[in-house]
Order: sequence, then structure tokens, then C-alpha cells
Amino acid sequence: MKAALRDAFLSAAVALGLFGPMVGLVTTPTDHGLTLDPRPIATAVVVALVFFGRLLVVSRRARSRQEVVGRNRALAEALTRAGRFVAPALLVVAIALPFTGSRYYVDLATLVLTYVMLGWGLNIVVGLAGLLDLGYVAFYAVGAYSYALLAQTFDLGFWTCLPLAGILAALWGVILGFPVLRLRGDYLAIVTLAFGEIIRVVITNWVSLTGGPNGIVGIPRPTLFGLSFSMDGGPGTVAGFFGIEPATIQRVIFLYYVILALALLTNWVSLRLRRQPLGRAWEALREDEVACRSLGINVTNTKLTAFATGALFGGFAGAFFATRQAFISPESFTFIESATVLAIVVLGGLGSQLGVALAAVVMIGGLELLRGLLSWLADQMGSDLFAGIAGELPLYRMLIFGLALVVMMVLRPRGLVSGRTPSVALGARKEIAAELVAQGRG
Amino acid sequence: MLEVRGLTMRFGGLKAVDSLSFAAQRGEITAVIGPNGAGKTTVFNCITGFYRPTEGSIVLTHPDGTTFPLQRMPGHRIASAAKVARTFQNIRLFAGMTVLENLLVAQHNRLMAATGFGVLAVLGLSRYPKAERVAIDLARHWLDAIGLIARADDPAGALPYGAQRRLEIARAMCIEPELLCLDEPAAGLNPRESEELNQLLLKIRGEGCSLLLIEHDMGVVMKISDHIVVLDHGKKISDGTPQEVRADPAVIAAYLGEGEEDEEVEAEA
Repeated sequence: MKAALRDAFLSAAVALGLFGPMVGLVTTPTDHGLTLDPRPIATAVVVALVFFGRLLVVSRRARSRQEVVGRNRALAEALTRAGRFVAPALLVVAIALPFTGSRYYVDLATLVLTYVMLGWGLNIVVGLAGLLDLGYVAFYAVGAYSYALLAQTFDLGFWTCLPLAGILAALWGVILGFPVLRLRGDYLAIVTLAFGEIIRVVITNWVSLTGGPNGIVGIPRPTLFGLSFSMDGGPGTVAGFFGIEPATIQRVIFLYYVILALALLTNWVSLRLRRQPLGRAWEALREDEVACRSLGINVTNTKLTAFATGALFGGFAGAFFATRQAFISPESFTFIESATVLAIVVLGGLGSQLGVALAAVVMIGGLELLRGLLSWLADQMGSDLFAGIAGELPLYRMLIFGLALVVMMVLRPRGLVSGRTPSVALGARKEIAAELVAQGRG
Repeated sequence: MLEVRGLTMRFGGLKAVDSLSFAAQRGEITAVIGPNGAGKTTVFNCITGFYRPTEGSIVLTHPDGTTFPLQRMPGHRIASAAKVARTFQNIRLFAGMTVLENLLVAQHNRLMAATGFGVLAVLGLSRYPKAERVAIDLARHWLDAIGLIARADDPAGALPYGAQRRLEIARAMCIEPELLCLDEPAAGLNPRESEELNQLLLKIRGEGCSLLLIEHDMGVVMKISDHIVVLDHGKKISDGTPQEVRADPAVIAAYLGEGEEDEEVEAEA
């Protein structure tokens, strides 16, 4: 107990040093320049939070490792059992969502699903093959620009360009992979990070092709079996064909189902691959690369297929992003996107499909839902406090992200749904506790 | 079947292996022994493609007469084409995968060939399910041989140490090798486990696979090897049957000189 208290005091002291200047001092503009005002109460609150948080963490750690392993395995099995109900339930909700008719929710869900798809795509590279990729957004960008340029230059439709965009992204995955895959761990991460930036900088500067920072406007929208979603309601449009009133929401809902189908495709393919030699080789690579080589597995090719498959789905998602926005610019493909997708994968649990989906819902949709809930409460209770919090919430987005990551890493360091389901079994499949599963060193 | 000629491996100024030549016969257990630092593991790493030798040749001949120059082949081809399998001194299993999965990963190349570049199998259009059943049968055969069939669905990392050693050998056998290289398979085993290991190795030899073995445990070496090569300071100092090697004054001097009397006593026993 004494040691725990001392530890907590130390952490509080560090927090005071860190947050003292950042939270404790505020600049206020006055008539003659800025003045520096102290904020003792806010600082005290933050430091107290750190103190008690640390106390909690240290007291948890007192339990023996054996106990923790056993408990985590039990938890993993419970989660997998729950997953059997949660996953179909989520799917039903996803399919039924547009029937609420709320454009706000459908738009939000489309955004969430885009990240779910990106998360599942990156999960192949990071979760299964154990290759830390910090530049996943590059493939997203390649997909988006491939679709935009192909559609505008050759006047091709969305459904023709979608596979092309995916293949081009996969091609870039292979081109990146060849020189890079001899590197491991941190070195690989840094090179992929650089690759992401290179793609963005090239797009920004190659003005004659990509329009540079101005981006590309007027990207064609997808069609439903050749029927467009234009507002004139003519014979070649969905509204005209079905004899209904044209409305924007029809296109929004259509786009929603497109991304739902694409995301489910990603999920289906990764689940299938996991049960096959290729997927098993990816996981073996994550566990021990040297052993893989001694068993005659071509390590380079196997890594390349992981990169290419991940990039393929990134490219699909990019093409969808371009057609949904109808406008793309390099600003949409910054490092923060890669980081967000990676955070989704890590928070969800490396290799876990359900975990990634849940993490995407929480990280992308959670804040919006919380804001919606708070404003609803504020309306119901006529409370200014809740309305105020709801209004300010977007400002604290990054802070909440950071806190969520810290809390998750303390409580469940291997992600929301950790543990691994065997891909094949003689008898019943037994969950494998996350402690045994390697996380990959690149 | 394995012919090592003039093998030299230099690490900077250090000559770990110095123009070593020896041969291993088909269907025999050949042991490579020597004091610590004699260069045994380096020889292994050269044979299995983890190191590229500075000089010399390593030629493997299959029963059908095909020859493989191992010193020039890329690492993964040595296992997949030349059919040389190996285990590691510090066990390298896929700890987070089940025992069965470990054995299936070892059959990757054969299974992969049945999936139509992975695409057809994803669509459910290939003969993969049949190939997988065959692979599982082979895995079951080796699980029976090492007595781990009851634990097939447990993670490999959760097995006791001796079982992990046996599993690593079974995994290497799943690539159906012509030559199996074992790097100190008896290290850390108790006498009973060591005896089980002997039986397993003899069974493997009985199935027509040749073995190359690095070992410190003289009980194992003297009991099961057909042929022993003794290394010291990267050079071969003796070569012959267990009886010949045991009587060789150069071997006794090397072991006594290195201060490994206990092993010598075991060898005498």
C-alpha cells in the first residue's frame, strides 16, 4: 500500500510538471497584448485524476500473472460467445438503419462503415501478418485518385473503376513491399510512414494530373444497374424508373448499402483467407519468421500478398470515398487518417474482426452519439449544462481519443476483443489467450 | 546423400568453420559433436541456408539422383525443394497457434498449391478441402507418433517444454524431409523424455529419413548415432562410428582440454 501511494505521488508529480504549464496557465487577450493567468483548480483536478488513476492501476497490478492469464482467457471465451450474438445483431442494425429515414444517422453510419472497412483491410496487414504499417492511408489515396482520374479521363463508371482502383492500390502495395519487406519492426513502420507522406506530397505537387491542393471536383456518382440518382427524375434515373419522387436521401441510402456491401466483402474475404494456407502463413509469420523460413515458406512473397490484399481493400474504400464525396483533395489523406485506422485496429484487438468493427463504431461514431445523447438530454431537461457540454464536445475530440487509448491500454492492453480463435481443429475450437499470441515484429 | 566439402565460414576476422569436409549417408543418424563454440551450429546454419558459407560446397542428393547445391539456394527453397528440415536450439514454435495449426503451416507449400493462388479457395472453387483433409491426416500421424494427439487443439505455447521439443520435430517432419537436422534436441529434457526422444528419432530413421544431429548429451549420441563427426575450433578432429570416436585420443584431448570432463565421463559410461 505504501509503495502504491509513493508510486501515485510520483505520477502526480510528473503530471503536475506536464500539465502545470499546459493546463495551469492560460493566456487572455487584454487591451495591451496577452496576459498569463493561472488556472489552479483545473490543474488540481487533472493532477488528482492522475493520482487516483495511478493508485487504481497499481492496486490492480498486485494480482498474480497466472490469475490474469486465466481470467483473460475466460474473458476471451465469453467475448467470443457473446460475439456470436453481437456480430449478427450489429449486422441486423446495420441493414435496418436506413429505414429510420434519418439522413444524419445514415451519413454517420456511412462514415463509420468506411472506417470499419479500412480497419478490416489494415487488420490483414497488422493483425494477421504482424507488419506494422503506418502509411495505410497511401492506398486509400491511390484508390480514391485512381477512381477519380479514371472516371474523368476515360468516362468510366464507378463499378468498372472499383476493381481497377483496388488493383492499382494493390500494385502500389507490391511496389512499396518489394524494397521494404526486408526491414523489420520499427524500421518498417518508419518506411511505411514515409511512403504515406510521399504519396500525399506527390498528389499535392503533381498539379497537372491531380489538380494539386485544389483536388478533383465533380467525381461521378455510382449508378444502380445503370440508373443514376440525378434529381431530374427522367427515364434513366432511379426515381424515374421506379416512378417515385426524386430525393437526395435515395442516393445517400444507396451509398450506405454500397459501403456496407464492400465492408462485408472485406470481412468475408479475410475470414475465408484466415482458414486457408495463406492466412495461416500470415499468422505464422507474425509468430516466428525464422521458423517460417525453415519450413519452406517464401517469406517475402507471403508478406507481399498481405500488403497487396490489405492495399486492395484500402483502394476499394478510397474509390468509395471519392464517389461519395464527389470531391477529393490531398487534405483527406494525411497521416492522422493512418493513425486513426491503426488506433481502431489496435483498440479493437489485433486480428479480431468484431473488435475492429466495435472500435470503429466507438471511435468514429461514439463521440457523435454522445453529443446526440447530451443534446437530447438537454432538450428533455431544459438543462443548459448538458447543452453546453454537447456544444463543446467536438473541441475535446483528441483529448477523449487520447484518454480512451490510455484507459484501454491499462485495462485491456491487447485490445477490446483479444485472444485468437484457431483456424482449424480436430475437436472443438478453444480460444487462445492473447498472452500467447505474438504481436509481430514486422 | 549429404556431401560437405571444404566448408569455411568467416565472421569478420573469426573463422567459425575452417575447411570442413564430411559426408552423411542415407538412412543413417549422423551426429555432429564438439565442445562449446566448436562451430556446430554454424555448420547447421550453413546447411539449412540461414548463413551463406564463405567457401565450400554442400551438396544434397535425393534418392532419384537429383542434386541440390545447398550453399547457393535461397533459404526457403532448401526446405521446400531440397527437403531439408530443421529444428532450433531455442525452440521456435508458433506459440499462439494450436498444435494442429503448427503442423499445417509446415505443409504450407503443398496446401497452397491446391488453393489456386488463394483466389479460387476463397471463392470455394478449388480442391483445397480435400488437400486439407490429407494434410490433417499427416498431422494426425505425427501427433500420434509424439503422443500429443489429445492436445492437438491447445496452443503450442501452453505445452510443457519436452512436448514442445517433440512438437518441433513433428512439425519439421510434416514437410516430409529427406534430411532432418536437429539442433540439440535433448537439451533440457529429463532422462525419461530423453529416452522417448531416442525412440522417436529411431522411428523417424525407420521411415527412411536421414538425420543430422547436434548434441551435447552423450547418452543420446552414443546410443543412437550411426556415425559421428567431432569438431573443435571449426575443424574436424575425428570422424567415424561411435566406438572409433570414443577411442580417438584427439577427441579425448579436446574434451578434457576444454574442461568438459562430465561429458567425457558420460561418454565412457
